[in-house]
Amino acid sequence: MLEIKNLHVKLEEEDKVILKGVDLTVEAGKVHAIMGPNGSGKSTLSYVLSGRGGYEVTEGSATLDGAELLDMEPEERAAAGLFLAFQYPVEIPGVGNMTFLRTAVNAQRKARGEPEVSAAEFLKLVRAQAKLLNIDAEMLKRPVNVGFSGGEKKRNEILQMAMLEPRMCILDETDSGLDVDAMRLVADGVNALRDGKRGFLVITHYQRLLDHIKPDVVHIMADGRIVKTGGPELALEVEENGYTDILAEVQ
Amino acid sequence: MALDTDIDAPELEAPQLEVREGVDRETVETVANMGSYKYGWDTDIEMDYAPKGLSEDIVRLISSKNDEPEWMTEWRLQAYRRWLQLEEPRWAMLNYPEIDYQDQFYYATPKSMAERPKSLEDVDPKLLATYEKLGIPLKEQMLLAGVEGAEEITSGRKVAVDAVFDSVSVGTTFKAELAKAGVIFCSISEAIREHPELVKKYLGTVVPQSDNFFATLNSAVFSDGSFVYIPPNTKCPMELSTYFRINAENTGQFERTLIIADKGSYVSYLEGCTAPKRDIAQLHAAVVEIVLLDDAEVKYSTVQNWYPGDEEGKGGIYNFVTKRADCRGARSKVMWTQVETGSAITWKYPSCLLRGDDSQGEFYSIAIANNMQQADTGTKMVHLGKNTKSRIVSKGISAGKAQNTYRGLVSMHPKATNSRNYTQCDSLLIGSGCGAHTVPYIEVKNNSSRVEHEATTSKVDDDQLFYCRSRGMDEEEAVALVVNGFCREVLQALPMEFAMEAQQLVAISLEGSVG
Repeated sequence: MLEIKNLHVKLEEEDKVILKGVDLTVEAGKVHAIMGPNGSGKSTLSYVLSGRGGYEVTEGSATLDGAELLDMEPEERAAAGLFLAFQYPVEIPGVGNMTFLRTAVNAQRKARGEPEVSAAEFLKLVRAQAKLLNIDAEMLKRPVNVGFSGGEKKRNEILQMAMLEPRMCILDETDSGLDVDAMRLVADGVNALRDGKRGFLVITHYQRLLDHIKPDVVHIMADGRIVKTGGPELALEVEENGYTDILAEVQ
Repeated sequence: MALDTDIDAPELEAPQLEVREGVDRETVETVANMGSYKYGWDTDIEMDYAPKGLSEDIVRLISSKNDEPEWMTEWRLQAYRRWLQLEEPRWAMLNYPEIDYQDQFYYATPKSMAERPKSLEDVDPKLLATYEKLGIPLKEQMLLAGVEGAEEITSGRKVAVDAVFDSVSVGTTFKAELAKAGVIFCSISEAIREHPELVKKYLGTVVPQSDNFFATLNSAVFSDGSFVYIPPNTKCPMELSTYFRINAENTGQFERTLIIADKGSYVSYLEGCTAPKRDIAQLHAAVVEIVLLDDAEVKYSTVQNWYPGDEEGKGGIYNFVTKRADCRGARSKVMWTQVETGSAITWKYPSCLLRGDDSQGEFYSIAIANNMQQADTGTKMVHLGKNTKSRIVSKGISAGKAQNTYRGLVSMHPKATNSRNYTQCDSLLIGSGCGAHTVPYIEVKNNSSRVEHEATTSKVDDDQLFYCRSRGMDEEEAVALVVNGFCREVLQALPMEFAMEAQQLVAISLEGSVG
């Protein structure tokens, strides 16, 4: 489903290479986790896949269901089924959360040539999803992410993900800044979307999120490459021994 | 950006800040479906012109075309003679070529209007079709001006329309129904003929004949406009609106509006304007006077969408407007809301004279300047009475190579004790070729009054745009959404239907400003 081949990326403005040949395949229905120390390139990978500016792809490809993502505008990638849950969700003052959501959903539907969802139908869908994520009506009315707590922002990302029904979900450090209860809510939201057809790429520093979202495959990223791949036990190894041993072993 | 928190001005009633659902989406659709200036077509219709240029004879001719009494002709001539001695103001941050006042037509009217139509049925079908195409059917039906798809939400509401085409009013709807409530709503030329006592008593008392260069010019040559009188203790049974259309070439439009809100009355008034695309700039110099007696309340909303000129700055309307409300009565309240998206040049400062004790003035403004547009706009809050309050919320948006200036005066006179002003002035820049300027003038001449001024300038944030796009919106949708959020407080001060039109306009006006 998501196939990344030999991906090399540098910063646009300076001569700094960040990704040095990433190879990664996420199959439909699987959850892959990427772990790694700070600065290993995990977040850059998620940004490059979703099309954020400031990066230059010097080599390689990334396809979703066979279509080259790297040639697409960010909104085309979204319409193709890619979703990124941001590590730092952005505030948009004055724009109601509900308005934002419906604009996004209908923009994607339009891009795919599907009919738009009516306001009434949409409201029903959002309310049902919001309830699962413990998001109240007040939060839906407030401007997007403005004045939201860390936990509220992350739950709001998962709500967007649930409403947009992407094929491929990337979660960038969704656990950062969350307490245990908030993490469980977020994990439940993600697990509810595991339907055997969607792919997930979960980027995290810590094993603890993976206690709640059980990965099928765990990758360790260091210095712009995937250096080790294994099963869930690899995450536990990191939890116990840190990255030092693993990195020493691969070098 | 500065909209994270609600405004802290407890003395004044806070506007509703709940986000209106279902409106932004309209914006977004409109962007996708529309060309840039929607109203740029013209109507092919036979016109009668007064000879080009300006002289006493032209002033007399305009007066006689309107069958005006002698006192009115004299009033115009006085203004004309005064105007000859005045110089065009150049203090605004506006750059435009010299205007040749002799190279303009000051009066242009459809030939079919030579014989004044007795009712709407008698109006030239071409004119009716023009307004129909603009989205303002001159029929007495429950629909508002300028908003497509408005049926869904305005059911049960009526809006009376006075339609001004070049120099004349072609018709006014719902007159009979309004008359039942004692409300007079007609063209100003009709008011001069039919209600001379009211016109004589109030015309020029808010904006004097010699107030400024453009107002004086207007006083001499105004050809038509709207007149409103709301009797004491009357809530106007429907919203009133005037739709101004410039059609003829090389012709200036000089309309004059006079609104009198008698004691304890209320009216909400809407104004819209458009013009065809022409390569040569056209002059528009209007005057609006509002008189408020004790306990009266007037809401005046404008969506100004004159042709802005092309991307290189060719053509467009030069818009020099004097709007002023005089809160003569105690506890009277006026609210100006403007959405300025059109015009090549905008010079406009809707003002409030807070003369009556405990009177209130509010000014909400969105000014958008894209491409080569220049806007110098703001307000004057002149506090003369005790315990007077004013509130200014200005949102300036600049894109392309445009220059956008907020210019505002807050003046607390010695007798205006215990008065309050709150000003919030935010500028948003899109791209790096445009400019935003804020020029506040503050004068406080007593010790018990308080003036607060807050100003911010920000750029449309790349992270916000990327966030929107990563959710599937294209760049223009994303900009429209972010900008509408920036303008939210002002959009919400507009009547619902106008707010929708304004949101669409915000999006359209910014087309091509990104990427």
